Amino acid sequence: MNLHELTAHEVRNRVARREVSAEEVARAFLERRDAVEERLQAFITPLDAEAVLSQARAVDEALARGESAGLLCGVPVAVKDNICTAGLRTTCASRLLADWVPPYDATVVRRLRRAGAVIVGKTNMDEFAMGSSTENSAFFPTRNPWDPRRVPGGSSGGSAAAVAAGAAALALGSDTGGSIRQPAALCGVVGLKPTYGRVSRYGLVAFASSLDQIGPLARDVTDAALALAVIAGRDPLDATSAPEPPGDYLAALERGVRGLRIGAPREMFEAEGVDPAVRDLTVAALETLAELGAAVEECRLPTATAGLDAYYIVAPAEASSNLARYDGVRYGLRVPGADIVEMFERTRGRGFGPEVRRRIMLGTFALSAGYYDAYYRRAQQVRARIRREFEEAFERFDLLASPTSPTVAFPLGERTADPLAMYASDICTVTANLAGIPAISLPCGFEGGLPAGLQLMAPPFQEERLLAAAAAYERATGWHRRRPPLGLIASAGEGGA
Amino acid sequence: MSRTEATTQFETVIGLEVHVELSTETKMFCACRVTFGEPPNTHVCPVCLGLPGALPVPNRRAVEFAVRAALALHCEIAPVTKFDRKNYHYPDLPKGYQISQYDRPLGTGGYLDVPLPEGGVRRVRIRRLHLEEDAGKSLHDPRLGTLVDLNRAGVPLIEIVSEPDLRSPEEARAYLQELRNVMLYAGVSDVKMEEGSLRCDANISIRPAGSREFGALVEIKNMNSFRSVKQALEYEAERQRALVLSGERVERETRHWNERAGRTTPSRSKEEAHDYRYFPDPDLVPLRIDAEWVESIRRSLPELPAQRRARYEGLGLSAYDAAVLVDERPLADFFDACLALGADAKQAANWLMVELQGLLNEKGRELSATRLTPEGLVALLRLIEEGTITGRIAKEIFPEMVESGADPRSLVEARGLSQIADREELLRVVREVLAQHPAAVEDYRKGKTNALGFLVGQVMKATRGRANPGLANELVRRVLEE
Ligand SMILES: [Zn+2]
Repeated sequence: MNLHELTAHEVRNRVARREVSAEEVARAFLERRDAVEERLQAFITPLDAEAVLSQARAVDEALARGESAGLLCGVPVAVKDNICTAGLRTTCASRLLADWVPPYDATVVRRLRRAGAVIVGKTNMDEFAMGSSTENSAFFPTRNPWDPRRVPGGSSGGSAAAVAAGAAALALGSDTGGSIRQPAALCGVVGLKPTYGRVSRYGLVAFASSLDQIGPLARDVTDAALALAVIAGRDPLDATSAPEPPGDYLAALERGVRGLRIGAPREMFEAEGVDPAVRDLTVAALETLAELGAAVEECRLPTATAGLDAYYIVAPAEASSNLARYDGVRYGLRVPGADIVEMFERTRGRGFGPEVRRRIMLGTFALSAGYYDAYYRRAQQVRARIRREFEEAFERFDLLASPTSPTVAFPLGERTADPLAMYASDICTVTANLAGIPAISLPCGFEGGLPAGLQLMAPPFQEERLLAAAAAYERATGWHRRRPPLGLIASAGEGGA
Repeated sequence: MSRTEATTQFETVIGLEVHVELSTETKMFCACRVTFGEPPNTHVCPVCLGLPGALPVPNRRAVEFAVRAALALHCEIAPVTKFDRKNYHYPDLPKGYQISQYDRPLGTGGYLDVPLPEGGVRRVRIRRLHLEEDAGKSLHDPRLGTLVDLNRAGVPLIEIVSEPDLRSPEEARAYLQELRNVMLYAGVSDVKMEEGSLRCDANISIRPAGSREFGALVEIKNMNSFRSVKQALEYEAERQRALVLSGERVERETRHWNERAGRTTPSRSKEEAHDYRYFPDPDLVPLRIDAEWVESIRRSLPELPAQRRARYEGLGLSAYDAAVLVDERPLADFFDACLALGADAKQAANWLMVELQGLLNEKGRELSATRLTPEGLVALLRLIEEGTITGRIAKEIFPEMVESGADPRSLVEARGLSQIADREELLRVVREVLAQHPAAVEDYRKGKTNALGFLVGQVMKATRGRANPGLANELVRRVLEE
């Protein structure tokens, strides 16, 4: 077996036991990354070999000195390009930040480094995380490792593709309305969105601050648990980070699913646009969970489908304010103008892509005097109701389950001209962000050779329960062990034929 | 004619919006130091630069200072308050929004009792007091264009909004003076208008005397001193009066005070058309203000200006003197230190307000720049009281004490300045003086009693002011009568 086929925890254990050096691991992943990158374009900034190898050597040297092995020692990790890395450019896939080099590390990046991770590059995404296909990157689209004619999902499409293709053992993404889970589903990997506040947002370039959460994309549930164990916890630099102590996520993996009550909200299975084949795969997954001892039952979340509407008010509203700082005054792109107002207008007009401009306008409108009550306030009311519905549902159920994405990966270009069709990709995922609850996407089968995802949701701070059920399902099915036919990618042309 | 005369009686209605920079060690939402006059952009970090990904964390000390200020203004403290974003683009506003408080301010419903120059007190209601962050500064350089200094960005500010309870520019000035005193005594700010740590905007309208309606409100900005606040408001009240008298309407607008031209001009910016799109800042959680914490802050409030003035008046000072001392906090604190050393209140106040102030005004200096100590002044007062030196000698050596901090006793001893109260010694001097001025002696004997004054003066001169004036008078008279 090639080293790049190892999961993160396998890499970690072998490096920790010094069966293999972090440097050897890094070389294997670099070779793989470079072999697939030309076709996938998962990275905006792939770190050069020396920069990767020097991190790996530092890990080896620390182990040689007898230092204890970190939870991610020697694990090659890809980081979404909206997470700040000191000295390494962080673009958010935007022309506005194309050359911006942060002077500081995000809290999660500091934690990765402390745990011995080796960062291999910054991954592609939709500009400022606004999109569901990674086609809104200002630089280039990323392709789905299962079929290069199709999108990897988004906005963390680069991270999902990198993990699926073995270019990194693990990746970090960010999830505002499904941006970790949906690409995880479309690329056949595990994607975890933690509870709002579980992971520090310090250093995550904000899209919608009340919804954004960083989480892992991984080859299996164990790796997701490992990554969460490293990045979770209170951060004094983030006032919204939660004081609750993190759980024992690795121990939770053995707990199984027996006795858990799982609700399947009808609204999410019957929502407009849910592909019957995807629905069938999800239903089959629920049957598997029932066979493993869970009590599965249909339930209702009447407001769930209104979540999409509320989401597309709240998220752009916050974004319109969060993105106001990109004005060309202090950093990033500056397009000069005759006066300051013209400089603002030109910088923002040329720096932002069409989807970002659309959302800034939507959000500005939703917050404007005379419209605030009808839009922003109303959306917050819907959000509050969704929260209540989840609370009620979680009185009866330990977990809720649904498809992650209504469809499998769609062809590049299919939805770029139709924003509403693109927004519909998030129908099953946005409610978890609105309610602030944790959710995970797991590979649950294939349709036409393309992976589909099962979403499990849990009450706030119940990541352990989520991981326990996910691990049990994964052990019973093994979908996660399937690998994309990358031999095809390496040899196939653009059309993949 | 009679109609015009009836309407010439106008009442001026003024409300003030005052921004006060809190003198915390660090900024509102990051750990950068609060400074003044440092090289540009030397006290900045990812948070106050508004770098992508950086997040604000509230400074507990700033919240405490704001609570203290609100309590000093008798405000109700909200048990739960929150931060909102005020969105607008400006080069010195790093995030494109200011973190402020919109619909749930920290403090509401307070008041400030303002002593009026003509006597009496005006109670001015405080509508609200809220916490926010300051913006940076734009510097306009003819060669380099506009430059931005962000040292000030993120410094904690409180905004204090009064109800329109002020009735003249003079009252507005008095309100500012008293508000400044309260902030200073509460220990929350150094309130220096010239350094921008106190800034003031005004709303002003006029209405026919006795009317209950308000006239069109004009907002005045860019007033940079107490004096300019008064001048700008006087100008504006007069401008509005003239408009109304000539049958024109006062426009509701924002106007700028042009200090040099001495008038207000319409503001070019479209302030009023501005929609700030306030919404709750999702980076910050609602702030719960613990009632017990508020009580402990209330208990720790220091003596406020009104209380101090009352205490001074209780010691026998006039209302005017008490106000002068309290308005000049370093002087008042010095005065208190003298009292603590057992000084007579009236004497100490007199020396501070007449002799010391005179010297300071003459040299354009502040008390803190002198070496004078309360111990020194009290020792001087004691020397006078004991009769060791005369008042004249005291005034003579006082400037040196102010300059060098010298102990008055040592000065008196070293220079032999102690009073001559010994009858024999002084009698000798009196005889010598009278012998030198036979003409004056003659005049006195002829009944010109004012010659006595001249002769006593000559005795004082001969002793370089050391003679006890009463004794000198008595001895001159006795020798003349011989
Ligand atoms: Zn700072």
